[in-house]
Amino acid sequence: MSLLSSGVAAAFGDATIRTATPLLLAATGELLIERAGLINIGLEGVMLGGAFGAFLGTMHSNGSTTMGFAAAALAGVVIMLVFAVATLGMGADQIITGTAITLLGVGATGTLYRTLYGTASANLSIKTSAPVAIPFLSAIPVIGGALFDQPMVTYFAFALIPTVWWFLSRTHAGLALRAIGESPGAALAAGIPVRRYRLFATLVAGALGGIGGGVLVVAQAGTFVENMSAGRGFIAIAIVVLGRWRPLGIGLATIFFAATMSLQYLTQALGVDVPYQLVLALPYVITLAALAGIGGRAVPPATLARVG
Amino acid sequence: MLAPRSRAEVAAKSDRQPKAVTNFRSWEPPEALTRALFVLVILIVGIPIALRALGFEVVPATLALLRGSLGSRYAFTSGSLVRATPLILTGLSVAIAFRAGVFNIGAEGQLLAGASAATAVASLPVFAQSSSSPWIGLVAGVIAGAAWAGIAAVLRARFHVLEVISTILLNFVALYVVAFLVRGPLQEPLHIYPQSATLGLSARLPRILPSSRLHAGFLIAIGAAVAAWWLIRYSAAGFRLRIVGANPDAARIAGEIDVARTTTRAFIASGALAGLAGAIEVTGVTFALYENLSPGYGYTGIAVALLARLDPLGVVASGLLFGALEAGASAMQRDAGVPSVVVSMIEAIIILGLIIAWPLERTERPRRWRDHSASESGGG
Repeated sequence: MSLLSSGVAAAFGDATIRTATPLLLAATGELLIERAGLINIGLEGVMLGGAFGAFLGTMHSNGSTTMGFAAAALAGVVIMLVFAVATLGMGADQIITGTAITLLGVGATGTLYRTLYGTASANLSIKTSAPVAIPFLSAIPVIGGALFDQPMVTYFAFALIPTVWWFLSRTHAGLALRAIGESPGAALAAGIPVRRYRLFATLVAGALGGIGGGVLVVAQAGTFVENMSAGRGFIAIAIVVLGRWRPLGIGLATIFFAATMSLQYLTQALGVDVPYQLVLALPYVITLAALAGIGGRAVPPATLARVG
Repeated sequence: MLAPRSRAEVAAKSDRQPKAVTNFRSWEPPEALTRALFVLVILIVGIPIALRALGFEVVPATLALLRGSLGSRYAFTSGSLVRATPLILTGLSVAIAFRAGVFNIGAEGQLLAGASAATAVASLPVFAQSSSSPWIGLVAGVIAGAAWAGIAAVLRARFHVLEVISTILLNFVALYVVAFLVRGPLQEPLHIYPQSATLGLSARLPRILPSSRLHAGFLIAIGAAVAAWWLIRYSAAGFRLRIVGANPDAARIAGEIDVARTTTRAFIASGALAGLAGAIEVTGVTFALYENLSPGYGYTGIAVALLARLDPLGVVASGLLFGALEAGASAMQRDAGVPSVVVSMIEAIIILGLIIAWPLERTERPRRWRDHSASESGGG
């Protein structure tokens, strides 16, 4: 700590948590769907849809952030409904459907935004959701602000980690969901309604991915920008692998990734002479290295990406 | 596969009975033709409906789309065909990888690697006055694309990293590396703009038609498609690729095929094609490296390959279609104020429509993740 002023450390911590929030939401949704044996490569499209939905919802409800998040979740659910109809309903390939979903998300949000608001609309901004300070805890020096003075949705995102852990490992429904991912045939024979569970997981993943996209608009940028998810959907999928398909692992992987993404604040503050663009590339390189490191030990759900 | 198959799959199965046995129908339409008609119907019905729903004037917008893609010899050759060139190559890249069961989503990054290498090599002083420098640039692009895919191939073969994830991550790395190159080592001499110096005339691909921007890269793309079609269909390597993609366990046990080596080679060939696309784009169209060089050619290549059902000759057709659509969309944006991103939406609708109408059959479907990690670790 001697090298860093506490201000820099606090900014770094705050940036890490801020970056982590949308990733954590999207990755948790993706975890649920992958545990049910489905993979959604189209998470990027879902997040973009959520971002656009949040923008619409907030704009047309006099700046209500709650309505923004509700619209974001709804947009995510609607997009994943398309995914569900194609994969669960028609038996289409999940990777291909996911690719189409990403294209659809990029195309539909871009087109609708430009159609509704034109191209010169950089000044369309909405009020972002205010941080909620938790009494006493937020007063802790250095880390207090980063951890306990955040928008509501951040607390929600981090509360998901224990919730999903509890759901997957301590409830019958969670056990059934995991059984479906490992062996849908056996699950079906045991009387588990496989399709209903998969549909449920798909829609929850849509809602969480949508809210994750909504965070970018409602809690961070305060406006919609085309393609603003900037690959976060893909990163969230990588985080699920890096977290080895476990809720706690995903929490750690998200923090790890978000911290490397926030390194730019540190290098700037410390005056380290590294080209800015290479610092930005670092999180992706580190994630690749980490994936290589856990390589063979990360075991995906047995029937991942198979049509059940 | 314990769950019941969909009715369409069952129907597709029964269609493949030997013709001699079920010789009741004298003629049935070839599947490719049916698919082409299906796409045409989506376009003819879907585009006006989409434009209408978005509140645009249908007729002028559609006319602009047609004018920009097919309306004149110039629009067709300088617009549609030039746009189709990188799409055919990235489509081939994706098709070859998917055929071998490799989910290479990284054509975009491999394309950027190829474009960077081509720029760096073609602008070397040694080649400055040589008329062979564009071709040397293309070779450099092929090698760089193959190497960029090679990283993901090694990560898959040695460390069991899922290539869907690694190639996507490498796309972002490539994007930032290009951003660095055009502000660092490859920046134009005045150091004002974030782009490379413009390639000299001797470093550019020759034009192949008078008063048109169509360049030799288009012929290379067509040649690559024919070569890929021939190799996949008639060569031993192509046979191994198809077998490994269809059923890695059968390939290893019954065919004694080295699965890991076959997939790695397909992966690298896939990267080489995407790298070639980038090199051709730099030496044939943009003549300089800059950040937004590719409007997502690598990602659209996935759509191109899927529309062609991973068939190299089909890729030429779907690449031409998407090239024409994108060229037309630019005209539509310019003349009728319709945002050009509407094309992504149309592409998505085409893919969704196709996969719902024709689910991929088992043999066409790339194999699954667990399968390859199991069979490759088993095979050594």
